[in-house]
Amino acid sequence: MEQYIQYVIPNTLTYPILTITIMFPIIGACIGLFISNEKILKYWGLFITFITATISLPLYTHFNLDTAKYQFFEMYSWFPYLNLDYVVGVDGISVLLVLLTTLVMPLCILCSWSYIKERFKEFLFVLLIMESAMVGVFVSLNTILFFIFWEAMLVPMYLLIAVWGGPRKDYASIKFFMYTLLGSIFLFVSIISLYIQTKTFFIPALMDHTYSFSFQMWIFLAFTLAFAIKVPMFPFHTWLPAAHVEAPTAGSVILASILLKMGGYGFLRFCLPMAPAASYYCMPYVIAFSLMSIIFGGYLALGQNDVKKLIAYSSVGHMGFVTLGIFLFNDEGIKGAILQMVNHGITTGALFICVGIIYERTHSREIKDNSALGMMMPMYVTFLVIFSLSSFGFPGTNSFVSEFLVLFAAFKKYKVIGFISTIGAILAATYMLRLVQKMVWADSDGHAHHHDDSHHHPLLDLNSREVITLLVLVVFVFWIGLNPTPLLKIMDTTVVHLINQISSGMSLPCTPVHAQLMNLDSTINTIITF
Amino acid sequence: METVISSKIAISAVIPMVTTLFIMASRKKPNIREFWSIFGAVLTFSSVMSLLPYVLAGISYEYTFCTLYPGIHLKFHLDGLGFMFAGTASFLWIVAGFYCIGYMRGLREHAQTRFYVCYAAAVGGGVGAAFAGNLFTLYLFYEIVSIVTYPLVAHHQDEEGYDGARKYIIYLMFASKAFLLPAMILTYVLTGTLDFSTTGIMNGIFPKDANGLLVSITYFLCLFGFAKAALMPMHGWLPAAMVAPTPVSALLHAVVVVKVGVFSVCRVMLYLFGVNILQTLHLGMITAYLASFTIITASIIALSKTNLKARLAYSTVSQLSYIILGVAMLTPNGITGGIIHIANHAFSKIALFFCAGAIFVATKKKDISELGGLGYQMPLTMIAFGLASLSMIGVPPVSGFVTKWYLALGAMDLANVVLLSVLLISSLLNAGYFVPIFLTSFFDKPKNSTQGVSNLETTPLMLFMVIPLFVCALFSVYFGFNPSFFINIIKVIMG
Repeated sequence: MEQYIQYVIPNTLTYPILTITIMFPIIGACIGLFISNEKILKYWGLFITFITATISLPLYTHFNLDTAKYQFFEMYSWFPYLNLDYVVGVDGISVLLVLLTTLVMPLCILCSWSYIKERFKEFLFVLLIMESAMVGVFVSLNTILFFIFWEAMLVPMYLLIAVWGGPRKDYASIKFFMYTLLGSIFLFVSIISLYIQTKTFFIPALMDHTYSFSFQMWIFLAFTLAFAIKVPMFPFHTWLPAAHVEAPTAGSVILASILLKMGGYGFLRFCLPMAPAASYYCMPYVIAFSLMSIIFGGYLALGQNDVKKLIAYSSVGHMGFVTLGIFLFNDEGIKGAILQMVNHGITTGALFICVGIIYERTHSREIKDNSALGMMMPMYVTFLVIFSLSSFGFPGTNSFVSEFLVLFAAFKKYKVIGFISTIGAILAATYMLRLVQKMVWADSDGHAHHHDDSHHHPLLDLNSREVITLLVLVVFVFWIGLNPTPLLKIMDTTVVHLINQISSGMSLPCTPVHAQLMNLDSTINTIITF
Repeated sequence: METVISSKIAISAVIPMVTTLFIMASRKKPNIREFWSIFGAVLTFSSVMSLLPYVLAGISYEYTFCTLYPGIHLKFHLDGLGFMFAGTASFLWIVAGFYCIGYMRGLREHAQTRFYVCYAAAVGGGVGAAFAGNLFTLYLFYEIVSIVTYPLVAHHQDEEGYDGARKYIIYLMFASKAFLLPAMILTYVLTGTLDFSTTGIMNGIFPKDANGLLVSITYFLCLFGFAKAALMPMHGWLPAAMVAPTPVSALLHAVVVVKVGVFSVCRVMLYLFGVNILQTLHLGMITAYLASFTIITASIIALSKTNLKARLAYSTVSQLSYIILGVAMLTPNGITGGIIHIANHAFSKIALFFCAGAIFVATKKKDISELGGLGYQMPLTMIAFGLASLSMIGVPPVSGFVTKWYLALGAMDLANVVLLSVLLISSLLNAGYFVPIFLTSFFDKPKNSTQGVSNLETTPLMLFMVIPLFVCALFSVYFGFNPSFFINIIKVIMG
């Protein structure tokens, strides 16, 4: 315990909240295997995820805003020979992502209620294991534990796509698996080499250690590859549309809301604090790739006729804002990036739920098969419009705040980057409005009422289960959109601490090549900063 | 200036939004639905008017709804400029509420509930923008107006409607995302706040030593970002939006939507940048010339249009630039002329659009050449049209004259011959495209002589249209005789 105490605040609650949050879904999953009635099983899944969400709530209410240390800390001795303990804790960054995970999971169960028609028991099992693993990734303070949870997510997600997926599920699931596994290998290599350097697996201690510049570069590149695939950053994004299109609704929601966030989380947890000089050195390149993600993702989304693909490509653009914000290295940028992760989880998750709802009715994800819904499904359309507006950063909705912060950070630092990333905002408005126009109104070639011809029965509007699912997310859209201060306060101390860590690490001795590049960099900066 | 913190100011913007719920709830009963529409309008107008004593006394109401980030709030703020716009918009909503009944029922339009809901929401957005206390709140309501008017423009849901609506939303959204958003962020970068200045129109919120180039860029991003002001080249959406039903063109594309744009430009010029900075950087003059160009060009295009609504649309483009021109002169007389034109143009132009709609409902005629002999079939309508045209041209004693008077004084204060001649030439052009309409309707023979010369204005539904349009025309004349109501408010604005 002594080696940890300078970095952490032991759990002040009477029960081990983080361990329970991790273990509860696993236990629920195992008990679920013995329930044979599918109806009971659905309620069981809902019950477990709902209780998990309730259990995790004190993380928000009892969070200590004044410290950057890791809170709710728990430690159990695990493998003393390697100085390896089970250590979990959260700070201002991870606590939001844990809460996002536990919020989204009950909604995943709700949106699978009638979508998953076969093997529901196995589906629920996989989903709950997934939840444990995701929470585990965010709370681990130990690289080995982190890696175990990281890998533990991979197989359930693979199964979600490969078993319950669409027609091209084999291709999509293998592609997802291969890409992520490739990233994992590099992640593992850097974890081992960090251990060899420092003889510890404890993440806060690894952050405090100062590494030579060349070592930083190596681990930075390895980490970045792993996380850039996960985010996904251009040009490593190609697995994402495939996986999204084939995955069942719950799979898409988890993928978009939580899994993509692990990339951004990884950048904040590993790259920036452990390799600050390398991060600074590589900043222009990462920003360039982020801008490419923003513009390329938006541009590709513009041409999609498959609703899910469109939202998948929009995710690439939105996550580009996350990496852009992170690598601007200033307060607003990083805060905006973290908030953008949360917002993207809410909004894009909601959009995928919307697509799932319409897919259950028309059995098509093509825009042209789902057009002119305005008259038939007014409630559905209302929700769709709200989430679409949120998706392109309409003022008053959640994404506006995060996009504003990232853009503000960009303008503050390099105005050129600010102007370029504005293109992403324009593209976002264009493809989302195009989607809404086609889905709500008829397309102009007059296929206004084809549903009545082909289905012989009008489409049913939302039932109460679907309304509740979406309503929860609408509340968050406006709550964060109009009052983001509580969330920003939670991350405040941690972000300030992180920025201190980075800026103290940037003054490392540089190699001559590096110094030259730095010179060049600063020249360009002077030119583009008016 | 005294500042009072009170939520009273937010109420006016909330009433129309609440009205939409009532309209939706009574969608099965048209009479009750339209009662709610008018009731909401009356309520909005009276709540706006109840603020008049505070405006005249120079007391400022302020209400902060929530804070997004330090310096960025959802904040309402009462002052003369906002009051002028909110009062005009909410009053004309009452008139338009009656007119809508005649028009929508006369043509048996579909989806009337959606129409009334969006209509009310658009007015609500306009009133919200009028009372916006900072750039963020203004942007929020500005965008709400863009979104809720889309269904109105696409109302007919045919190919023409979709094309017009697409053009509409692309122009407005592109401008606000590409120009306005960066402008807002740059403002925040330079000043650390988005609140409008509360110390009057002379000093904006930008520090004296701010980088001139950056301030200028921010200014032009604002000027073109508010595309609803239809300053060329951002005007293309306005003629496209004329595919909407005429009450939409009347209240929204002559009063609420376009005035939100112009109002925002005025707001930004006077309360974000301030007269001093605009003068130092010579931005006022550049804007005045841009506006002059728009005035002349749009008038010439209007001459070439034979469709009545298209001609009115281009006339709107040109008239809006009078407002910008006046404020851009940055002299007391110029600013007075510009701001008073927000109200003057509203009353006259809504009357003109109402006439076009009434003609269409009664005779299904859209083209000016078909109007021959109409003056005898629809005398009240055409007389109102004539009066409102006089206001557009700027003939005394109709209200447009007051505008041109102050604008001309402003141009003479500046000793600027170019601006003065722009005013004169544009008045001639205005006469050139309005007078023939009036003359045709009274002195040309009807093309199709089998038509009997019977009065078309006597049916009850037509009266729902004719009375409102005549009232608007009469108000135009009244404000020409007696502009003191607006002048008093403007005196408060000028401090």
